[in-house]
Amino acid sequence: MNAVFDLQDVALAYEDAKGETLLALKGIDVTVRDNEFLVLLGPSGCGKSTLLKVMVGLLRPSAGRVLHRGAEVRDTIQDVGMVYQNPLLLPWRSVLDNVLLPVEILKWDRKKYEPIARNILDTVGLSGFTGKMPRQLSGGMQQRVGICRALITDPSLLLMDEPFAALDALTRDEMARELARLWEQRRKTVVFVTHSIPEALLLADRILVMSPRPGRIARVIDVDLPRPRADGRKLGAAFEEYVDLIRDIIFSFKES
Amino acid sequence: MARRATRMLRHYGPPVGAILAVILVWYAVTAWLGVPGWLLPSPQAVVASAIEYGDILPRHTLITLAETLLGLAVSLLVGVPLAIVIVWSAFLRRTVYPLVLGLQSVPKVALAPLFLIWVGYGMPSKVLIVASIAFFPIVVDTVTGLALVERDLLDMVRVLRASTLQTFLKIRIPSAMPHFFSGAKVAVTLAVIGAVVGEFVGSDVGLGYLMLVSGSQLNTAMVFVCLVILSLMGAILFEIVEALQRIACPWSLGE
Repeated sequence: MNAVFDLQDVALAYEDAKGETLLALKGIDVTVRDNEFLVLLGPSGCGKSTLLKVMVGLLRPSAGRVLHRGAEVRDTIQDVGMVYQNPLLLPWRSVLDNVLLPVEILKWDRKKYEPIARNILDTVGLSGFTGKMPRQLSGGMQQRVGICRALITDPSLLLMDEPFAALDALTRDEMARELARLWEQRRKTVVFVTHSIPEALLLADRILVMSPRPGRIARVIDVDLPRPRADGRKLGAAFEEYVDLIRDIIFSFKES
Repeated sequence: MARRATRMLRHYGPPVGAILAVILVWYAVTAWLGVPGWLLPSPQAVVASAIEYGDILPRHTLITLAETLLGLAVSLLVGVPLAIVIVWSAFLRRTVYPLVLGLQSVPKVALAPLFLIWVGYGMPSKVLIVASIAFFPIVVDTVTGLALVERDLLDMVRVLRASTLQTFLKIRIPSAMPHFFSGAKVAVTLAVIGAVVGEFVGSDVGLGYLMLVSGSQLNTAMVFVCLVILSLMGAILFEIVEALQRIACPWSLGE
């Protein structure tokens, strides 16, 4: 069985407005395993989102190889759901129609997917909102719709780029727990970008801690905490030890 | 019932009040400062003039309205498809769009005599002038709206292998609607101006012509009648566009 992703010595350079070449990523070696929840954690500007774009094929690495299930990524990969910080809902479409957008673009049978969409919306507690317009929903609800839209095609891989970063602290916490619960029910491969340590620990099987400019993998941490983790209080001292460990790694960037 | 009345009053009260205040000041100036009628006619003289010429006003008004609407139609029929192809094709964006922007700096009023030579004295020249003025805000705002789609959203549909046509139909065109309507609102008010300018340059009918003739006879009250009709025309067309926007993209009006 090939790994979902295999990145070998990947670098990404780009030119800034002055025409100077800058390195966004350097020497990235990552293997993403099947059905694991992988978190990319690091300070702002460390290239986490860029790495995600390289994986999905939206950006070409300047050096190194990106393999998706053993094959080199040339065009964008398929069978993937994407969730961004901004829910990116279309304001002229109802909640249900927003969730069904990928189905329409793929020219699949909309009728067949409508009950599936309702079902997914139901699992995130939005069954009463299918006919509502996005602007009638709170930020947390909108992001739930965005996640449902990523799930409608039942992809085996989910890429999430700071999906809860725009939410208030309480909603954010609640959403992370909900995602942990959802993932424990049906395990997909997830690559999740965040800069929140507790969020990472609540969700991850493995955490890649990235260093800033150029982004590199500073440390790979296997999170050996029992699941289900949705109730973070039960994780106790082990959780705190992980928090301290990661914090120390991140602070060490600032000193060097 | 009473609550509804209060809401209506709150909504329409301020604008109606403002208009009444202007008329009141106008009346006061003419009544108490002894301004001669040929310089500034009183509101009641304007009303009297409108009644006196009630038989010829509808014809001139309808002609000017027709020029405005036809010119708008032409600018929409040319402008919207042009905006779409400009955003669709990188080549056209770099060839045609600079030309469009360059043409905008040509004063349209100065083109009016040229249109007269090209298509004659009648309605077509006025329609062309209106279209050339209304065209620009429609193209520029529609291009802005079509191009202004979030990068991440485009990435998302790209990963779904959406065709360019799908991207336009499902994302770009609907999200450009509010911008299109902003452009259309500017365009309708400019269109009325365009029609009058066209009539000034050469015409024997229309409100612009009527103003010119009345002005030369020092029939200032009649000039005012035409001005009032023209501003009403602009305001009503504006309201119609806004009503269409409310139907087409209610999300853009923050309701």
